[in-house]
Parts: sequence; structure tokens; C-alpha cells
Amino acid sequence: MSSRDEILARVRGNQPSSRPLPAVPTFDRALPSLVDAFKGNLERMGGAFLEAAAGTDLDALIRKTFPKAKVVCSATPEVAGNRALQSVKAPAELEDVDVGVVRGRFGVAETGSVWLSQAEFKVNVLGFLSQHLVVLLDSREIVPNLHHAYRQRGFFETNYCVLMTGPSATADIEGVLIHGAQGIRSLTVIAVPRPGV
Amino acid sequence: MKRVDHAEASSKFIAAKEHIEFHDMRLWDLRLKRDREANALPEWEQLRSLASAVKEHTLSHLADYLEQFESRATANGMRVHWARDGAEHNQIVFDLLSSHGARTLVKSKSMLTDECAMGPFLEQRGVEVIETDLGERIQQLDKEPPSHIVVPAVHKLRGDVAQVFSRTIGTDPKNSDVAYLAESQRRHTRPYYLSAGAGMTGANFAVAETGTFVVCTNEGNADLSANLPKLHIASIGIEKMIPRIEDLGVFVRMLSRSALGSPITQITSHFRGPREGAEMHVILVDNGRSERLGMADFWYSLKCIRCGACMNTCPVYRRSGGLSYGATYSGPIGVIIDPAFDLRKYSSLPFASTLNGSCTNVCPVKINIHEQIYKWRQIINERNMLPMAKKQAMRVAGKVLASPKIYRAALQAANAGIEYLPRFMLYNPLNAWGRQREVPKGRKSSFRDWYLKNRGKK
Amino acid sequence: MKVGLFIPCYVDAFFPEVGVATLELLERLGVEVRYPLDQTCCGQPMANSGCEDDAAGAEKLFVRNFAGFDYTVTPSGSCAHHVREHLTAVPQSAKAKKVRKHTYELVEFIHDVLLVREFPWAKFPHKVGLHIGCATLRGLHAAVPSELGGGGHNKPLALLSKVKGIKFAAPARPDECCGFGGTFSVFEEPVSAKMGYDKVTDHKNAGAEYIVSQDMSCLMHQKGCAERLGLGLKFIHIAQVLNGARA
Repeated sequence: MSSRDEILARVRGNQPSSRPLPAVPTFDRALPSLVDAFKGNLERMGGAFLEAAAGTDLDALIRKTFPKAKVVCSATPEVAGNRALQSVKAPAELEDVDVGVVRGRFGVAETGSVWLSQAEFKVNVLGFLSQHLVVLLDSREIVPNLHHAYRQRGFFETNYCVLMTGPSATADIEGVLIHGAQGIRSLTVIAVPRPGV
Repeated sequence: MKRVDHAEASSKFIAAKEHIEFHDMRLWDLRLKRDREANALPEWEQLRSLASAVKEHTLSHLADYLEQFESRATANGMRVHWARDGAEHNQIVFDLLSSHGARTLVKSKSMLTDECAMGPFLEQRGVEVIETDLGERIQQLDKEPPSHIVVPAVHKLRGDVAQVFSRTIGTDPKNSDVAYLAESQRRHTRPYYLSAGAGMTGANFAVAETGTFVVCTNEGNADLSANLPKLHIASIGIEKMIPRIEDLGVFVRMLSRSALGSPITQITSHFRGPREGAEMHVILVDNGRSERLGMADFWYSLKCIRCGACMNTCPVYRRSGGLSYGATYSGPIGVIIDPAFDLRKYSSLPFASTLNGSCTNVCPVKINIHEQIYKWRQIINERNMLPMAKKQAMRVAGKVLASPKIYRAALQAANAGIEYLPRFMLYNPLNAWGRQREVPKGRKSSFRDWYLKNRGKK
Repeated sequence: MKVGLFIPCYVDAFFPEVGVATLELLERLGVEVRYPLDQTCCGQPMANSGCEDDAAGAEKLFVRNFAGFDYTVTPSGSCAHHVREHLTAVPQSAKAKKVRKHTYELVEFIHDVLLVREFPWAKFPHKVGLHIGCATLRGLHAAVPSELGGGGHNKPLALLSKVKGIKFAAPARPDECCGFGGTFSVFEEPVSAKMGYDKVTDHKNAGAEYIVSQDMSCLMHQKGCAERLGLGLKFIHIAQVLNGARA
């Protein structure tokens, strides 16, 4: 008998009697402004929030925000950057990226999270190997809470997606909070409309 | 296997004054942070009920959900393996690494891999295993197991970490600045991600509906481990199944609030299939879980989402430290699952508890922890695994207290007052009770004496 | 209403004044109280040690002693909790079920059954740290624990707050366990003592002069710790305060 069959047989034999599966509500609450809630929670989690009007020169804004950055690598056509993502053959080549740029599919007001998938990253590790990450987000694309987030179709369509909330962090040594544990040192959301929407 | 003596280990922990004070304060602070988050959500108790109900439903249909997960995951391009126990799990991992020529493995935190003792198994076979989570790395370099499932090095102070790092990764032994130490580990670990042949993660949840598994971290180490090497292996306990993506709304809202008092972990990743040119393997691990599923009094423990809230609230855990339990799982959850692994070895653990019940109240999935602790105590007695001194004391106590005449005689015989009563309740009372406490004074007459004198024989 | 008085073994032996205060208080409130002379113990120490088999004799005796009463009242939350939740080493006859269901801790009896809130004879001009034992708090729901949001009802506080002159100290961790835990206090002595030391130090730092509780077992442990530490704290059972003790 294979391990699989043995395990399944033992599980089947030991399962308790059937319990019902409850429906999960969305726990909606009146929020005065989704953007304000999103901004507040993002900042609470260590992220930064900037606003930019449609048509802003985002490359210039990013250069201004990260004056010391040498390598800017963008996964979105809205920002040119100076490292072509298309020519990357192995993800490890992104090791020297100072600022990665992506556009988030949607944000979550409850937590200040942004949803990013393989489609947004192009190369998944861009969101983790870069020293800093800039996420463009259309403020009309913010859902109220995680219940709404988990009803988005993206989860059913992609092989890899992430809810990113602020920079990487740790408090493993004496409870002292450090931003920039092993992933990105900072996460900046630039609220700018999605082109063509 | 030598029986774990929790009390003995705890006395050493308590003796280190600065360490225990920090440990207790830090974890109590996490408990208070959890309270703030819970109080801020009016639907908190509803979420607990939902989380508990979803888990209980899933466990009652676990075989179907496991098959559904396997089917969906396979359709997405994942390879699904099954391991009866830790040994089989470790062999599967090693075979995968060998077949891919991977000599270095970067891994994120997985209590399951500790449970299977995977690290030593691989290292004995020439694989270099790099723990990437900061707390796990500290512990690995110090050759100690993690002491807490969420904050593995919480029992150490910065000076301890400075010593460990200076010995192993070449930092300045005199520099215990936390930012410096964390940055040092970041820089030291980074090259490993870039060159490792394989990456390994655990999983917090596995969604049957889509064949997705979810990894919740703060550091970014899991996603670096998964997205750089060409081989990603995920070890998942079979009890991690949940039915639908929408159920994640409940669990992701509760996990980090319960664990750290933050609304969500910095990174919540959902893996559903390999990226182009890479391979993704999932190992579904039993290792005693299917057996525990059949234990009427204890299967609720399989609902656990490994948040650690029970450890943070437990006054005993905070004052004895995770290592004093001598097991992968410590604190209240450890106390109710470890005896299922090895009853004799862990027979003292259910007694490392005052049955105060706060663990049950903070558990996001409503595991009745303190009730299961009480039940394990009965089983340990039934299987004759109580320490002889305690069993004898209880036997004598039981006989004396079953007979009013013997009880009265015993009380009267105790001229000093404290001689007999504590003797059958306490073994060697003057050594134990009196070590750090004053002993209650003996009294010339009891309440019963007073009653007879003042209210007569009514 | 006939009430049987159950006095835990350690109260009978070491703190008879608590039993006296309980009896007198109930009588003051117009209750007909009897103390069955052949009582011993509720069985908790053995049952909590895993030895339900050894608890059977004491539990059988308990049922026999209290079967004839409408209520059994005891100045011990942990004993009342054991009787209601865990007195299962004996066959669950109709008699046993009735005794179990009608066993009350003193404060919950006064608060929930007698519905009394005023104690005009009581005066306790001291600053008091209120300690609610864990079985009493989470098992008998005497109040809402802090991990469940706190606030809400608080039965001992409801009774004490009307006592003339009483003031309350606010410890930093009002409902963290004090570390008695029955035989835990002996078999896990290092942690038990550390918990007790922390508890009494917290109350002392909050300015408490007395620690008051519904559970003499907790107080016995805390008293032992406080005396060893030389903290000068005093300990008194809530029955004594409500019965009019001035100190």
C-alpha cells in the first residue's frame, strides 16, 4: 500500500462525524474613506504613501525619492527604469537592483496591503531581492477588507501572488523592530491612476 | 527516551534573572498587543467561531479535502508527495535534492521540519542547510532548537546573539546593536539565496479548492527561498487543509493578530504552481496526525494554526521558556500534542500548568486546551506514568479523604498542625512548599471544632 | 431554602475564621445553614492530579453529605468549579447530578441566588487588591477576563464596592494566574513561587494593603510568598470582609 493510500485510509477511518461548513460573511463596516484607511494602515505597518496625478513623470519622482539608487528595475511600462527586466534570464541577476517598480492589482484598506502576482512582478523575486520597492496603485482599486480581497478572481488565476504590507521586518532580537529584514528595506505606494482606466 | 523534567529545567531558566524578566515582559507585551487587536474588531468572537467551525468541518472531511488539494495542485504543475512519518519525509526531501544536484538548501521557518528532525538528517548526508529566518538562524548557529514557534530566539538577549554571531558569522563580539546584528545576518545569508540549489518552506494553510498553499512571514525569507532556486519544496502537515480561498479571509485576519498583535504579516504569499523552468513539490506529512484525528478528546488540537498566542498568555511558559519542555512544540499547545508523540517522555508536561484557562480563551480556533490538559492527566495516571511520589501521595490522600473518621483522626494527630495534612498532599513539604514560601501556621482548633462548640450538634 | 455549608479541608484546618465568617454571613442574610459534620474534601486535589480514581471516595462522601440540601455553598471558587465541572469519579445518579448543579461558591450564591448587594454592617477602610482565582474567574465566570475584553460584570467587585471605606488598588496584571494551581505549587515549585512573587509584588506596587479573594487556596500561596519576601501585605477572605471584619 502506498503512503498516500495508507494515510488516506487512516484519515478516513478516524475522521470525526461530519460538521457543517459555515458561510463566511464579509463583515462590512462603514469606512469614511478607503484611501485614508489604506494610507493609515500602510504607514502603521512601516510603508510610505505618496500621491501623484495622472501623467506625472514617475521616473523623475522615483529618482527624487531614492537619490542614491543606481539600478532601477521596472516591471510596469509606466516607469522606464535603467535595467531591462525582459533581458533577465535568471532571477539572481536582479541581485543589484536598488529600486524595483511594480503596479499593484488592488489594495486592501483594512491592512494597507497591496496585491501583486506573477503578472505584476514579471520576475517574482523582484519584490524581494530589490532593496526598495515602489508599488503604483490606483486608489479606486482598494477593497475594504481581507474578506473582499479573498473574493478577487486573481487567486484563482495565478500561480503566485502576494499580499505585501509594508517593508520586510523582524523583531526577533529582543523585540526590537527592524525594517528591512531580508526582503525589501522599504515599500512606497504611489497612488496614481491606472493608465487607460 | 529520557523523561522530560520540566520543573528541573524551569529552575535553571528562572535563575537567569535578566533573561527571565525580559522573556516574561516581551511575551506578555505580545499578549497585550493581541488583546488590543481583538478588542478593536467587534466581530472578533464571531471570527473565532468561524475559524473553529471551518477547521472542524475540514477535519471531519479531511480525506476528501486532501484528495481535492492533490488533484488541483497536480493540475497546476505541482508534484505532490505523501509521507507517513518524519523519516519518510526526510528521505523524500533528500531524494529530491539529490536528483536535482542540490547541495545547499535555504529554508524558511517550518516547525514541521523540526518535528521531523530534517536538519540533522540532511546534514549527515552532506547537504548544507541554511535557516533563513533570523530567529531560526540564531538558534541554528547556536546549536539549539527554537524556543517559541513565532519568535524562536525570544529567550536570548542581544548580547547572547552578539556572541553567537561573532563565533559563527564573524561579527564584532562587542557590538550588540540590534540593527547591526540583523543587517549582518541579512548580508551573510543573501549569497546563499542566490546560489542555493533548492529552497524550502512550510505552509500556514493549504487550500483544497485551488491547490494553493499559503506562507505568512515578515522577513521576506520564504519568498527569497522559493523564487530564486529552481526547486521549491514545501512541507505541509495534513491538518493545514482548509476548503476555500474565501476561508483565508478568516484565518489571515486572525493569525498575525493572535501571534504578534499586527493585522497581517508583512508578506502573505500564495503558491499555486511552479514558475516557468522551475519545479514545485509539496510533501503532505502525517507523522501521527491521522491517529490524533481519531482521539475523541484530543482531535481539536489539530485545528491549531500555530499562532503562539497560547504561549504568550501562559504564565508558566513565560517563566520557564520553550526549551524547558524538551519538545518541538512547547507551551500549552505543546502540552496537549506532545504526549500523543511519546506519552512517557512527555508525561510531566500536562502538569506544567495551573489549569488557569487563559490559553483556551486566546486560541483563535477555540481549542479547549486546558480541558485537554486535564484529560491527559487522567490518561497519564491510567497508564501508570505518574511519578511514584505523586501517585503514592494521591493514593493516601484519596483514602484519608474518603473517610471522615480517618481524616479527623489525622487532623487531631497533627499537634504541630501542618504535619499530616500537607504530607499527603505534598511530598516532602518542607523541601518543596517551604523552599520559597512561608508555611501556613497550624491552628489549635478547626472550623468543625468551632461549629460543634458554637452551633451545637444540629 | 436549606443550605449545606461545605468548608474545604485547608480552610477547616488552617483558616477556620473563613468558615466562621461564611456561616455568620449567610445567617445574617437570613439563610438556614447547616454544616454536615462528616464532610472532608470535594476531590479536587486528586482529580486535578490525574487521579480521578483516588478522588472517588471523597466525591461519593460529598454527594452523600449534601444530597439533602437545596443548595451547597462553599467559600471556595475552585472547589465549587470542581464539583460542577469535574465531580465525575462517581456514578452520575440523579442525586449526584442535583448536588453538582446546586453547588455554589459563596459570592455567586449571594450575587445570583440571594440577589443581595448591600452589607450595611460591613466597613473595611483599607486599600484592597482584588484577586479572582482562575477557576472562579474563567470557570465560574465571576467576571470577564482581560483576554476576552474585560469590563462587563464582576461579581466580587459588585459586592465589595458597597462596603464602607473600601478602596481598590489596580495591579498591572489583574488576572494573571498567581501560580498556586493545587499540587502544581509543590511539583512545579520554581515556577509556582516565581508566579506568586510576581503577583504579590504587583499588588504591593499598586499600593494594596490587603489582598482579598474568594479563594483561600490562592491567598495561602500568596501569603506564603509575601511573608517570605517581607512585603507586609495582609490577606483576607471576601467572606470576612462582607461579614464585617474591620481588619
